[in-house]
Amino acid sequence: MKITKKEILTDTAGTRIIRIHVTAPIISRKAQPGQFVVVMVTEEGERIPLTVVDCIHDQIVLIFQEAGLSTKLLGRLNEGDELHALLGPLGHPTTIKNYGKVILVAGGVGIAEILPVAKALKKAGNHVDTIMGARSKELLFLENELREASSELHVITDDGSYVRKGFTTDVLRELLEKDTYDFIYAVGPIPMMKRAGEVTKEFHAVTYVSLNALMMDGTGMCGGCRVTVGGKVKFACVDGPEFDAHLVDWEELSNRTKMYVDKEKHICNLYNV
Amino acid sequence: MPKEPVQVKEISAEERNENFNEVVLGYNEQEALQEAARCIQCKNPTCIQGCPVGIDIKTFIKKITEKDYQGAYEVIREKNNFPSVCGRVCPAEYQCRRACVFTKKNEPFASERAINIHFLERFVGDYGMNAADKVTPKKDSQLRNKKVAVIGSGPAGLCCAGELAREGVGVVVYESLHKTGGVLRYGIPPFRLPREIMDYEIDAVKELGVEIKTNFIVGKAMTIQELFDEGYDAIFIGVGAGVPSFLRLNGESLCNVYSANEFLTRVNLMSAYKFPQAHTPINIGKHMVVIGGGNTAMDAARVALRLQKMNGMEPNTTIAYRRTEVEMPARRLEIHHAKEEGIKFDFLVQPVEFMGDEKSYVAKMRSLRCKLGEPDASGRRRPVAIEGSEFDMDCDVAIIAVGLNANTLLSEVTPALKTDKWGDVIVDQETMLTSIPGVYAGGDIVGGEGTVIEAMGMAKKASRAILQYLTEVKDAGCAGKT
Repeated sequence: MKITKKEILTDTAGTRIIRIHVTAPIISRKAQPGQFVVVMVTEEGERIPLTVVDCIHDQIVLIFQEAGLSTKLLGRLNEGDELHALLGPLGHPTTIKNYGKVILVAGGVGIAEILPVAKALKKAGNHVDTIMGARSKELLFLENELREASSELHVITDDGSYVRKGFTTDVLRELLEKDTYDFIYAVGPIPMMKRAGEVTKEFHAVTYVSLNALMMDGTGMCGGCRVTVGGKVKFACVDGPEFDAHLVDWEELSNRTKMYVDKEKHICNLYNV
Repeated sequence: MPKEPVQVKEISAEERNENFNEVVLGYNEQEALQEAARCIQCKNPTCIQGCPVGIDIKTFIKKITEKDYQGAYEVIREKNNFPSVCGRVCPAEYQCRRACVFTKKNEPFASERAINIHFLERFVGDYGMNAADKVTPKKDSQLRNKKVAVIGSGPAGLCCAGELAREGVGVVVYESLHKTGGVLRYGIPPFRLPREIMDYEIDAVKELGVEIKTNFIVGKAMTIQELFDEGYDAIFIGVGAGVPSFLRLNGESLCNVYSANEFLTRVNLMSAYKFPQAHTPINIGKHMVVIGGGNTAMDAARVALRLQKMNGMEPNTTIAYRRTEVEMPARRLEIHHAKEEGIKFDFLVQPVEFMGDEKSYVAKMRSLRCKLGEPDASGRRRPVAIEGSEFDMDCDVAIIAVGLNANTLLSEVTPALKTDKWGDVIVDQETMLTSIPGVYAGGDIVGGEGTVIEAMGMAKKASRAILQYLTEVKDAGCAGKT
């Protein structure tokens, strides 16, 4: 559970995205694309889920954005520091097979989460179009890695500060208008995943999303991460984290992830982070 | 006629509502002697049959009357590694005390006059904690080179681990959470089971040589087969029931609708009651409503009320239950404590819908009134909803405590492990052997929701069978191959 390597990938106006390598031989041997771990930074800490981005020898690679108290405290750890707890791999892996032509849509820190899926799908013989987007140039990262892991990479920024101006879903629509795709996979902020699902539905394209519901144990015990999918209650931790984008109750998910917003603000102020 | 039962001392309701300190203080020596003297030492002690692990209750009580507390401790430890835990959490009124000769015939639970066996057990357990003599594993055991993996560090897993370690078997317990104890720690609040008591008895298991690996999820990090490949000779599955049931009502996924598991885990395991010193948050409402009638419902309600008090709010917590008090499966003592602390009970209530505010937080609960109908399979009278009796109650935090389902995380990746239609692991009732040779199971993953001591009873049965198996099977390395 020791951090052996730490790199700041982006750092703009207090929003940092950080990559760490953590020693975890058993998780590293087992984790597959789409799976996650639950991390506790300190003894008093929360249990938070983070996607496993890569496995290198006995190390796992995690990439996170400093958002709430726990990710900010995690960002303060340095090489040589230990995590308090690390559990995984959790959740079902992404179904990797040769679908044919696929589009991957990644926004924000979802760019990190899409990387292992892109690598695996390309390796399985798919033609992989990857769309990566962020608010601005400074928030983009892993561009080279994703280019290598994709057949084609499309970069877009909300403010047009890099490559072209617009949203990931604009590119998604263009691609779907030009060609037929067999599988779409999106990961990023809830509004982006929701919009991606709306666009692909028009084209009847099978679309999966990786949901970032609030979790605690990560093993199906608490039900805090429940999401309604196709009218049925599912637990994101054990039934997911991937679900059919066209069946997810996005409004409910969005509301539930905001359940502790006030408390999060309060505790961040208190700890001055 | 026996003397009056000795009442156990408790912290007053006013005092205890603002903290998580233990409520029941237990007997002192004088009280224990007095209560033990009430036992008439039946020739045929029925109480022992009432104990799922078969503690020799008659003898340990006799030893108390002789002031041989160490002897009493040894008698209990013969059958139970966790007397201080069980003395606190066992529903004795449904078990040993109900079987006590002083309980009137056909009573649903123990009569007042039944010997307070659980308080005596607790007295002896706590005495033993302070005594120097420890139980030590057998040194000359022929099983010293055998290794058993135990999955889950709850009551079943710890009990099985302890029993095996005493016989000299090498035991490693795998626990997915960052702390040991399973439901004892995440489910049972500290005011019912102080953490130092639990830690002491878990440490006693470790002192027997048991290694506990936390943060390790069998089924994901390693499969059953891979455990055998690591060189284990047998495996015990004690992963608990785990997955919370919901009511399947509209609005049940609104914000601030919790499963009791989540609510209690946030508080008990993650210390959310210490927020912001502890970082895990919990939302506290002005009108907290707990749905259910079991021990978990009582625990959740008593936690909710304390959170209100500790945060300077008016205590306002209601338990809504679809039957009446007598049908409640909770321990009588917990119901009594809950009432004493000021928790309101609303009986014959069947929730039908949760309604939210503009931000999608729960605000009201709509329910139907019920009346009691014919007895159902459990023997309890069935609640029948009265048509047109809808009513709404304020509810800004709802806690659903209506039971648990099997967690199928392990069985899903272990096709050879046979389960029933509820996902519970199927075992041989005598040996607790599953459909995989060398793999045993016990606790809630076998029987569905039960008590701590029932889980331990199954674990003991399994441990006996495992010892037998380890003795018989020379090359146990072939186990698990199906």
